Amino acid sequence: MTTVEELLLPSAEPVCLIDQNGVPHENPSYAMPAKEALLDGYVQLIKGRRFNDQASALVRQGRLAVYPSSHGQEACQIAATMVLRPDDWLFPTYRDSVSIMSRGVDPIETLTLLRGDWHSGYDPYEHKVAPQATPLATQLPHAVGVAHAARLKGEDTVVMALVGDGGTSEGDFHEALNFAAVFHAPVVFFVQNNEYAISVPLSRQSAAPSLAHKGIGYGVPGERADGNDLAGLLAVLGRAVEKARSGEGPQLIEAHTYRVQAHTNADDASRYREDAEVAPWLERDPIQRLTTYLERQGWLGDDVRERAEAGAVEVAARLRDGLMPEPEVDPADLFAHLYAEETQQLREQAAFLRDELAREEA
Amino acid sequence: MTHTKISMAQALNQALRDAMRADDSVVMFGEDVGALGGVFRITDGLTAEFGENRCFDTPLAEAGIVGMAVGMAMNGMRPVVEMQFDAFGYPAFEQIVSHVAKMRNRTRGRVALPLVIRIPYGGGIGGVEHHSDSSESYFAHTPGLTVVTPATVADAYGLLRKAIEFPDPVVFMEPKKLYWAKEEVDLTEAQPGIGTAVVRRDGADATLIAYGPAVPVALEAAEVAAAEGRQLSVVDLRSLVPFDDETVCAAVRRTGRAVVVAEASGFASVSSEIVARVTEKCFHSLAAPVRRVTAFDIPFPPPKLEKYQLPSVDRILDAVDDLQWEDS
Ligand SMILES: Cc1ncc(C[n+]2csc(CCOP(=O)(O)OP(=O)(O)O)c2C)c(N)n1
Repeated sequence: MTTVEELLLPSAEPVCLIDQNGVPHENPSYAMPAKEALLDGYVQLIKGRRFNDQASALVRQGRLAVYPSSHGQEACQIAATMVLRPDDWLFPTYRDSVSIMSRGVDPIETLTLLRGDWHSGYDPYEHKVAPQATPLATQLPHAVGVAHAARLKGEDTVVMALVGDGGTSEGDFHEALNFAAVFHAPVVFFVQNNEYAISVPLSRQSAAPSLAHKGIGYGVPGERADGNDLAGLLAVLGRAVEKARSGEGPQLIEAHTYRVQAHTNADDASRYREDAEVAPWLERDPIQRLTTYLERQGWLGDDVRERAEAGAVEVAARLRDGLMPEPEVDPADLFAHLYAEETQQLREQAAFLRDELAREEA
Repeated sequence: MTHTKISMAQALNQALRDAMRADDSVVMFGEDVGALGGVFRITDGLTAEFGENRCFDTPLAEAGIVGMAVGMAMNGMRPVVEMQFDAFGYPAFEQIVSHVAKMRNRTRGRVALPLVIRIPYGGGIGGVEHHSDSSESYFAHTPGLTVVTPATVADAYGLLRKAIEFPDPVVFMEPKKLYWAKEEVDLTEAQPGIGTAVVRRDGADATLIAYGPAVPVALEAAEVAAAEGRQLSVVDLRSLVPFDDETVCAAVRRTGRAVVVAEASGFASVSSEIVARVTEKCFHSLAAPVRRVTAFDIPFPPPKLEKYQLPSVDRILDAVDDLQWEDS
């Protein structure tokens, strides 16, 4: 007989289907994803890595105000969207730009928030991607709302809600899990545990055996995966999405990964961690291990490599070209989009600013 | 005591250090305040000097941070907590409004909460969304809270020391735009009392009333006005609650004209309150309606647009020009 604990608690070890040496691992519960999925994932990983590195370079050149890189976490970023259908939703944080791009959002629009010309650059409905959330965990109750509404409307939409390890400490995380469980909402809560919340290590964030264990108190099944193994992530997230879609309610997945770079360019990681700690994680690089595996399988032909490289070159060029010119901002935008019907108060303030700027020009 | 040139950030750091040295019950906690020293380095070196029990990182939960401070204050400690940025204090709003502000009142004075909530606030540093709010009016509106905000390096030190010694909870708003502003100061001399405004510049023609990040802008406007032949007083409030009617009204009565300058949106704000008070108390001395220069009533805009939102010298001078001068 299966116990409640067995149904709700994560596996003893994070699920890993391809280890850091590129060696495949049999797992009784999860099958290796299909060849096509892995090749597609490979192409997207290469592109995602280039996106991260190009965006970081643009910060150094002063083209972006800030960029929280997901370098090293690309497998999580890509897997999160690969398991979704077009009518599913993604709820990202500020660190999830690569996920947003992999969902089909234009890379420049993805970076609008971080460049500073507007708070969100894309239409959330076009690709079903919520605006990037900066206040931690606040997007999670929204994700539950979207999922609940979909259920009420009879749609079989699933919502993928992303959050960091630090974000799991916020009240909103707990309220979202509880709501989702009570309403049986089809949400996959996907925690990218990258070991740090700015300077605070996981041990200071939570004393739970794992973050996936946090689900049991709410009646939400938890599972954990090696966050640098695209294959394992696709299997685990894919299963979670399937369960949510088929009416089994919310799922909590924790990916064990690592924030290889500093929190953002404004952060000095040497203040709180040793380089020696980072080194072994570089050897667990998600791209490296998948590449090794695909090569050994004899699947990584020149065509795939070329496709990946072309995608990477294209996205880098797009970022350089799109972010090089100083963005044109229109001060009149300040007063736009506040209310469906503009208030007299704002009309007056807009007129005041127009006059002021006209006088300055004269 | 020798005068040294330090930044507001360093002065705040020194105030925490000196307060912790002076009183073992003072503890500091929040997000990234330990090894990192806070994202603005206000707590730099405190863990090293005082140990993990006196300055420590918490899990990432603002309501938890403030809620824990309430309990620690109830149990004899003097917690100082940091909300990393203005807008990230909002998860703690319920704790601040429902408990921090009301505890003394609810318990008929039996439970006091001598705690300090430090909040870096305001724009002008090119922060992305949710990093530039001016949240002081929410707190000033809440009875039971004391709300202060320094505009100078010396006041930053003195006010924070006073806030930590204060018998009631203090919301300590730190203008992050001024963190790196340096001044020659003798910290031992800087001891402004909570609830006292100060006249930063004397002039007979009109009074600018400002606080926090708006003070240097007001002073700059007064400088320009003087060159153009108009002498402006500048009052720096320092304390929003309690409000120093005496200093403010004395200045306004002397000049007969006043402009309030604040970085927050104007509608239903601290600046509205100042206009109301000055009008009520100084009506017969006023030669013109009290004007305001504030931000627009919009969410704080993205970095590339923030220059249009912040009160500027020009806007202040235009408002001064509008004060119904006989010769114009
Ligand atoms: C409510 C709230 N408090 C504080 C912050 C400031 N802040 C931004 S990112 C961050 C760390 C988040 O860590 P984690 O959730 O682990 O995500 P990661 O950045 O590692 O991806 C903090 C404290 C915030 N954005 N929102």
